[in-house]
Amino acid sequence: MAFTDQNIEVMDSIIKRYPRSRSAIMPLLHYVQSLEGYVTNEGIELIAKKLELATAEVSAVSTFYTQYKRKSVGEYHVGVCTNTLCAVMGGDAIFAGLKDHLGVENDGVTADGKVSLEHIECNAACDYAPVVMANWEFYDNQTVQSAKDLVDAMRAGNPPAPTRGPNTLPTWKENSAVLAGLNDGRANEGTQAGEPSLLGLRLSKEGKGAKA
Amino acid sequence: MVEMITLVIDGFEVSVPKGTLVIRAAEKLGIQIPRFCDHPLLDPVGACRQCLVDVEINGRAFPKPQASCTIPVEPGMIVKTQLTSPVADKAQKGNMEFLLINHPLDCPVCDKGGECPLQNQAMSNGRGETRFEGKKRTFEKPINISSQVLLDRERCILCARCTRFSDQIAADPFITLNERGALQQVGIYEKQPFESYFSGNTVQICPVGALTGASYRFRARPFDLVSTPSACEHCASGCSLRTDVRRGKTLRRLAGDDPDVNEEWNCDKGRWAFKYVTAADRLTQPMVRDASGDLQVASWPEAIAAAANGLRGKRAGVLVGGRATVEDAYGYSKFARVALGTNDIDFRARITSNEEREFLAAKVVGSKVTNADIDRADSILLVGFETEEESPIVFLRVHKQVRKRGLKVTAIASKLSTGNEKLKATFVPVAPGAEAEAIAKQELTPNSVILVGERASESAGALSAVVALADRTGAKVAWIPRRAGERGALEAGAIGNLLPGGRPVTDAAARADVATVWGIERVPSEIGLSSDEIFAAVNSDQIHALVVGGIDPHDAGNIHATLSALKGAFVVSLEIRPSEVTKIADVVLPTAAVPEKSGSFMNWEGRARAFEVAVPDSLNRSDVRILTMISDELGRPMALPTVKSAARELASFGEWDGAKSTFAPFSSVKAPKIGANQALLTSWRRLLDESSLQEGEDNLAGTARKSVVVISPKRASSLGVVDGDAVRVSNDHGAVVLPVLVEAIHDDAVWLPRNSRGSHLLATLGVASGSLVTVVKD
Amino acid sequence: MTTLTPVLSAHWDEKDSFTMAGYKRHDGYKAAEKALKMEPDAVIQLVKDSGLRGRGGAGFPTGMKWGFIPQGDNKDHYLVVNADESEPGTCKDMPLLLANPHVLIEGMIIASYAIRAKYAFVYVRGEVTHVVRRVQQAIEDAYKAGYLGKNIFGSGVDLELVLHVGAGAYICGEETALLDSLEGFRGQPRLRPPFPAIAGLYARPTVVNNVESISSVPSIINNGAEWFSAMGTEKSKGMTIYSLSGHVTNPGQIEAPLGITLRELLDLAGGVRAGHELKFWTPGGSSTPIFTAAQLDTPLDYEGVAAAGSMLGTKALQIFDETTCVVRAVLRWSEFYKHESCGKCTPCREGTYWLVQILRDLENGKGSEADLDKLLDLCDNILGRAFCALGDGATSPITSSIKHFRDEYIAHFTNGGCPFDPHASTLFASAKAGA
Repeated sequence: MAFTDQNIEVMDSIIKRYPRSRSAIMPLLHYVQSLEGYVTNEGIELIAKKLELATAEVSAVSTFYTQYKRKSVGEYHVGVCTNTLCAVMGGDAIFAGLKDHLGVENDGVTADGKVSLEHIECNAACDYAPVVMANWEFYDNQTVQSAKDLVDAMRAGNPPAPTRGPNTLPTWKENSAVLAGLNDGRANEGTQAGEPSLLGLRLSKEGKGAKA
Repeated sequence: MVEMITLVIDGFEVSVPKGTLVIRAAEKLGIQIPRFCDHPLLDPVGACRQCLVDVEINGRAFPKPQASCTIPVEPGMIVKTQLTSPVADKAQKGNMEFLLINHPLDCPVCDKGGECPLQNQAMSNGRGETRFEGKKRTFEKPINISSQVLLDRERCILCARCTRFSDQIAADPFITLNERGALQQVGIYEKQPFESYFSGNTVQICPVGALTGASYRFRARPFDLVSTPSACEHCASGCSLRTDVRRGKTLRRLAGDDPDVNEEWNCDKGRWAFKYVTAADRLTQPMVRDASGDLQVASWPEAIAAAANGLRGKRAGVLVGGRATVEDAYGYSKFARVALGTNDIDFRARITSNEEREFLAAKVVGSKVTNADIDRADSILLVGFETEEESPIVFLRVHKQVRKRGLKVTAIASKLSTGNEKLKATFVPVAPGAEAEAIAKQELTPNSVILVGERASESAGALSAVVALADRTGAKVAWIPRRAGERGALEAGAIGNLLPGGRPVTDAAARADVATVWGIERVPSEIGLSSDEIFAAVNSDQIHALVVGGIDPHDAGNIHATLSALKGAFVVSLEIRPSEVTKIADVVLPTAAVPEKSGSFMNWEGRARAFEVAVPDSLNRSDVRILTMISDELGRPMALPTVKSAARELASFGEWDGAKSTFAPFSSVKAPKIGANQALLTSWRRLLDESSLQEGEDNLAGTARKSVVVISPKRASSLGVVDGDAVRVSNDHGAVVLPVLVEAIHDDAVWLPRNSRGSHLLATLGVASGSLVTVVKD
Repeated sequence: MTTLTPVLSAHWDEKDSFTMAGYKRHDGYKAAEKALKMEPDAVIQLVKDSGLRGRGGAGFPTGMKWGFIPQGDNKDHYLVVNADESEPGTCKDMPLLLANPHVLIEGMIIASYAIRAKYAFVYVRGEVTHVVRRVQQAIEDAYKAGYLGKNIFGSGVDLELVLHVGAGAYICGEETALLDSLEGFRGQPRLRPPFPAIAGLYARPTVVNNVESISSVPSIINNGAEWFSAMGTEKSKGMTIYSLSGHVTNPGQIEAPLGITLRELLDLAGGVRAGHELKFWTPGGSSTPIFTAAQLDTPLDYEGVAAAGSMLGTKALQIFDETTCVVRAVLRWSEFYKHESCGKCTPCREGTYWLVQILRDLENGKGSEADLDKLLDLCDNILGRAFCALGDGATSPITSSIKHFRDEYIAHFTNGGCPFDPHASTLFASAKAGA
């Protein structure tokens, strides 16, 4: 797709955040994903032009980071944590279950383009294991069944809200814009903290220090 | 005074300058620490981890081995390499094993086999047997990253020498490390091939067979090659090279190591344009034109006699190609004076001016400005000179200082070039012909260096303005012609106003010097004609014979006058291959190409670049030997039977210690009125183009920059064109149609490549710069 | 009796804890206001006096790090906060930023003032969109309140604070890789020296601190160095967040003084899940050598954990019970290191590639005891030989697990495969069994 003048303006505003323009590569790549769904050649070429870099320098950066995709992902990109702790706690079973349920392999996309699947590394939510991410929103304490229900709902167009996130699940593109640093105004939605995050505070309020 | 640091390596004390890396301090002791990513001309990276050594400083030992390629020496340092530290030895062997687990066992078919740092160091610093029983990483192999360079990712050990070279040295970051971890790989952006003028250096510094050159791939084993140090004949940078020959044929050329000139780099033209030497149409036998006008093969005595007969008793001029060696140029210089009794000689078979000839005699001959002055300069001013296109190693030299210390570069030109963008140059746009005014406005210091190209002669008054600027500010001036032979020919006196060693023709003492060395009564005292004047003199029936050494009439400023003169005179042509001149010449004498002879070039600095015969057993002779034979036949012997005798005799002149000629300034020409759809033409030759020495090098040609017409945004909008639209540039002589590129260029100017595919300006338009042309949408 | 010390987490249970209003209700931005009235050097001294050490893993004294920034050098200085929390098992900074991003911003204002930085960056990992939203909104609100931008708090001091979002690369948690990433390059570690304090971001003096370290600063300003150093142990001062995960009855975050033991923490969290017993655990993420029940009483401070042969790291206490196959656990971590190795250096890039192949075979019952020795030797060739600590980290689970569980490895190939039932260790094992 062609980038509009308005897209270019946004890109300029992203570049202006930084003392040196090259720093804007990463948010610009996120932004390209928010427009195109993945990092297209047109996107790489435009970023190179805007930042006065060789195209190879931009593509070198884009291939280093796993969140930048070189082909379309689903409207809902599902990541199942299979790092050790989540894997042991059920992540392996969830991932196997979803592959089977969706009929796709790792990095695959369902034929309807709705859901793509990827096994991911530790997502800093180990106290909520096993964790599933959708468009990089938290779905905590999943089971094989809950994960299947989640992707079914996605394919039906009504995914449930993330456990700790906005009130509804944004699309891949919408969230890519957030990662580009564009405020979608939804910061106030959702919980401030899940139960495990409050464990110590609750114990303290209950007067439970540890016995020496 | 450089501070010296003393340290101990494997029990031996060594003192090295402060800042020296441990790995190089060890080299000084003859201790070879294995390494891959380390390269003395690239920033240290410490990536391959092969050079680990144990280090302690003043009794404090580092807890783990250190990469000796990244750690500078310190006083009181004690280093233990693999020779004395079991820990370092195990670290190195372990690392080598890691490097080899994914390396294919295709050494028997790999170009690098036999000269491979991985192979060699695996033998010297590796384990005998692998413990790897798993699955190797595989990639599609090889892939073309340009028409000239192939990449085998399986062989790559990811040392990043190539990517660092491209970024740090060439400023062409078209190859990068891509992906991550075990999948990391060198690559290009899929739509931008590795089209850098310097790409061949990556093949040379690759420590494995991952990068190979298409033209050498599978051609030879290193141990079958005979290597000879040589000098590059392609430009005035004067690179030291190594020529590798098998069975009488050059198979490759590598950059030689000369810190004062090319460090360890060269350009792709110097590396990969050598097939002209073995072209099927090489002239091998003398030829004489018969009565019916056909060239017939003749014996050397017959041909020499024919040449002498044709020259005898005629007023003759001498045109030396800009690619002559110093010794050959000296031969032409002496031949003109001794055998022909004339000063009508010029090495400048191109667009020239008498302003330039005065400039060369007053400011260039004997000049001592060198690369070291660039290294020390506080700023560089470029006039009529595109470093990257016209003397690429000068570009690398300047770029190194730009990168290291932000050296300020200013370019006075009509168009902003890629090279000047990479040098972050301040671009002073001028209309073609209006250079002098911009030059006069520059502020420089005695530490500044003005680099003047041969194209400065194309703008009247520009060289005069340079002289005035240098006189006013004390800045140094260096003249950098394109061709390898011009500076040497100037010093050899192959020009009408100078005798050998910078002696002015008009100076009686100078003439006496020369006459004494040559053992002749007198040297002609009138300033000789320039190349343009010689052609004009033939056309006006004043000169009747020409001795022509390797020139292309299409390089001349006036193609019609040149061709007509060549037709009108008795022409003796000394050439290596058939040309426009041999087509017309009366006597054609085959000469040796650079690899077939010894000799020297003098680079733009005035530095001698001597070379020996690389291809032995060639029957071809150097020009100076042939000229000697003709002079003998003429009965006016010049007595230079060998290249060495020519070199010796020229050296015996020493430097002229008398007065140099004074420079009288020339004024600039008023700009013509520019009508609607008109522009002033500007152009330069690109490094990779359709020059005759690049013929047959298709892989190399594939990396040449695309031919375009460049116009300013303002002109583009008035013409209603955008990038890629066809634009027609024409005058009374002809027209060139090319895709347009809208770029930074003076609004009055239009730029085209001078001699590239689809754009041969002198042949098609008869002009190359400063003239009015019509520019319209095609 | 170790008393819990919720400071950073004190108000996480309030619905609007992440908002400006919620933060200001509890003296939010008072510390910044106070600090801006102090001499910058006095702020550095106060943080030095508090004994605060880096909470990102290395434990370097924070005040000393700030003190390394050359002053009066007429160069731009930068503060960069490392919010790239990606070490397996680590899950403290993300809930902190979700619940209270303002405390980080306030800490950044104070730190920037102290080191004379006019530009500060927070590098948040990219896989946590809602955290990004919260931080972004908090920054915008702080600008609106005049706490960021020109003349902050009317003090004459300027500070720009930029959110930079990562894109999935564990290595960017390494501070120099993070800087390269922030500069728009591939996130590969840089040579040191020069250290960031001399030539960091854009080759200018730069402090890189962890989220929790910087977030601890406002409380130190408000309550004083003595208040802070009264908590913790002799050389490990203050409170910190411990993250319990895995086979524990109540996983989650517990903020306690440094030096608390796992026995105490497990006790607070309801113990290992019902009917099971502790088999092994990580004190500070997967890069820290694993412990067993033998280290239950090891004080979890920098010195205590080091003395016991591991590292405090990020205090990511991953708890595994006896249903867990240690070979599977280690294989999975090894696959992680292989996936996240940046590729720059040979030992890490090729070593992790090789280790994974051997471990996969072992988990599938292929191999022999000689392979264990080979594994250990390969680890010896990686540890301390790689460019950065990622390579070292990759060896930790392998060497420590072979040390503690050599017999279990052997059982895999005598058994011809993994002797464990993976289902038994899942969260839903008991649920399913009961169903």
